[in-house]
Amino acid sequence: MDLILVNLIDGLVTGLLLFMLSAGLTLIFSMMGVLNFAHASFYMLGAYFAYQISIALGFWMGLLIAPLIVGVMGAGVERYGLRRVHKYGHVPELIFTFGLALLIEELVQFIWGKNQMPYQIPDALNFTAFAISGNSIPAFKIFMIFISVSIFIGLLFVLTKTRVGMIIQAALSYPRTVEALGHNVPLIFMGVFGVGTALAGVAGVIAGPVLGTFPGMAFVLGSIVFVTIVIGGLGSLWGALVASLLIGWITTFAKSYNIAMSDILNGIGLSTPENLDDSVFRDLWTVTSPQIADILPYILMVLILIFRPYGLFGKRDA
Amino acid sequence: MTQIENAKKEPKGAKPKEQITTDPSRASERMRAGSMTLTAAPWIIASVLVCVMPYIFTSNSAITIMNQMSITIIFALAYNMLLGQGGMLSFGHAVYAGFGGFFSMHVMNWSDFFAAIPLPLLPLFGGLAGMSLAMIVGSFSTRSAGTVFAMISLGVGELIAACSVIVVAFFGGEEGISGNRTYAEPFFGVKFLQQIDVYYLIGFWLVLSALLMYLYSRTPVGRMSNAVRDNPERAEFPGYSARWVRYYSFIASGFFAGIAGGLFAINYEIVTEENLNTASSGVILLVTFLGGVGFFFGPILGAIVFTLVQTVLSLETELWAFYAGTLFVATVMFFPGGLAGLIMMHVPAFRLGKAKLLIVPYLKTLLPALIGTLGLAGLVELMFHYRHAATGDDEMTIFWTTFNSHNVLPWVVLIAIAAIGLGIARRTAPALRDAWNEANTADGGTS
Repeated sequence: MDLILVNLIDGLVTGLLLFMLSAGLTLIFSMMGVLNFAHASFYMLGAYFAYQISIALGFWMGLLIAPLIVGVMGAGVERYGLRRVHKYGHVPELIFTFGLALLIEELVQFIWGKNQMPYQIPDALNFTAFAISGNSIPAFKIFMIFISVSIFIGLLFVLTKTRVGMIIQAALSYPRTVEALGHNVPLIFMGVFGVGTALAGVAGVIAGPVLGTFPGMAFVLGSIVFVTIVIGGLGSLWGALVASLLIGWITTFAKSYNIAMSDILNGIGLSTPENLDDSVFRDLWTVTSPQIADILPYILMVLILIFRPYGLFGKRDA
Repeated sequence: MTQIENAKKEPKGAKPKEQITTDPSRASERMRAGSMTLTAAPWIIASVLVCVMPYIFTSNSAITIMNQMSITIIFALAYNMLLGQGGMLSFGHAVYAGFGGFFSMHVMNWSDFFAAIPLPLLPLFGGLAGMSLAMIVGSFSTRSAGTVFAMISLGVGELIAACSVIVVAFFGGEEGISGNRTYAEPFFGVKFLQQIDVYYLIGFWLVLSALLMYLYSRTPVGRMSNAVRDNPERAEFPGYSARWVRYYSFIASGFFAGIAGGLFAINYEIVTEENLNTASSGVILLVTFLGGVGFFFGPILGAIVFTLVQTVLSLETELWAFYAGTLFVATVMFFPGGLAGLIMMHVPAFRLGKAKLLIVPYLKTLLPALIGTLGLAGLVELMFHYRHAATGDDEMTIFWTTFNSHNVLPWVVLIAIAAIGLGIARRTAPALRDAWNEANTADGGTS
């Protein structure tokens, strides 16, 4: 029971981190119809910038400034890159963001090198918050949960309760009408893109010390983020939240409970073949859940796509 | 015309045209959309070229490069069946090539059976394997094109690439699986011991698959695939199912990708996880797009140029991936037609007989631009050396000049070269634009 609680917290941290990325990505998608392949690269840039700033000004200034820089860069990419490619159609847009992701990874390697950066948890948060029957929960994890939840609530408030949020929502569905009413829709697009990438930057700042700040970090998380928003339904904010938490918990539980495939197969009445080493299905019998934890999201995605092609919360005509 | 090229010719900010018509009187469009007849000349020239190349470039390394180039060409052409002709952007196409490669390798290791078939038939098994996988995956991924298709291809690609480390029996885990091609039934006495024998085997499959893929693009399914790319809704009105048309293209593309994989297995005699991971899928997208997706010969051009650049640049600099990425993003932003599009842009000027008007303005603009770009690249190298070289190692060599990277002088020189080169190019660009307009205007008009 205690272990379940610990895993629930761990999964929540992973899930909320995923959500910070997928929220921005899904907002950008529903607005411009383009999936930003470089989204996870902005997450990486957030971590690197925060590291660089934390050397000079400390962690808290990094948390404040790095997402701003990332957001401005994101807005710049929209203004001078995406908008230019937009007129060629959706496929070139996707290819553009894909190329951008490659370029940012190379750029990061160019500036900071290939090694992991010593980006540390700040001393103020480097203690054990509480312990559940011997399993200590670090304060930084609680801090991560706190930041993500407050960002989610803030986002929800802005989108549903403020005038800006109303205009954004209207521009999502009827950009031309909103433009006819005198609002600057391209500016709104640029702003949403900037805010989305800044969110990714925040995720990078708080994930960098825990998951490591290295040039491959965008790639590691990037494809999972795409899987998340496909499972949740493209363009659905609630879908992104549910899918992020689902993936966070599934992978955490699969990693911490060592379930062997042979037990499951024995459980449903199949007996283990005697000379296992010669069997063609050797790998199927010896597989364990920690081994496949990282590919479970992909399996989930393929299943969702086969049985519910529009994702958990997607609209039919998305 | 593809949407890409179409949009390029329109004023800035205009929406791409919904309906695409083709004009058979223009050579550039006849290439893609003309009649069902096949012009024999390019194919004969290509076949002769494939036969003659080893006599021009005789060294072993040249043949190795040409082998790799041929395999990349087949793969890029197969990829373009999806991207260029079908409008489907796949981020996981290396999976089909890799799967074909692994299956071919298993056939190669299946000694009784392998000893009974001649080696040139082996890629066929790779093709069939790639096709079977494409039939399974395509059954749910081709339901829609565009973003959803791209996402599914990425997810499936990641899934299979991750499986390759877990399913050791088929994929051989981290170290992959290897075999020996010489155990096959001798083919007219040839046992394929030498690279040059393999070269002709690959060359044969190169011409054959390219021809088949070209013919496929002329069949009704191939033509409908273009229609579905441009306007799926409209394509459905005559009674075609957009989904099935996409599915057929996907299967055909999987087949040819599998052939490329089988040839890879024959050439290198080892297949690993690297053959089907996302990085390989990214490379093939890069190759195809650089070459140009709008024309059949685009991917061929892209594969040749990319392989050469990769081989030459990666010997010269550690940063070659950075340059390749920059080139790729620049292509997407400024020349979405790729290399092939750039070449075909000049066809009207040649037809008007005014292409020679362009030579001098081109020299005036492109030569300084090239020098300026090289200066920029030199600056990048200098910065990289300054930051990352081992302490004490201050000497560096670029453009056959050795100097101390911690001095001020090389920085000043390179900045000056870059600034002057690009400055001149900027000054002469308007003249080039005028010359371009002039070269593309027929005489005897309103002037």
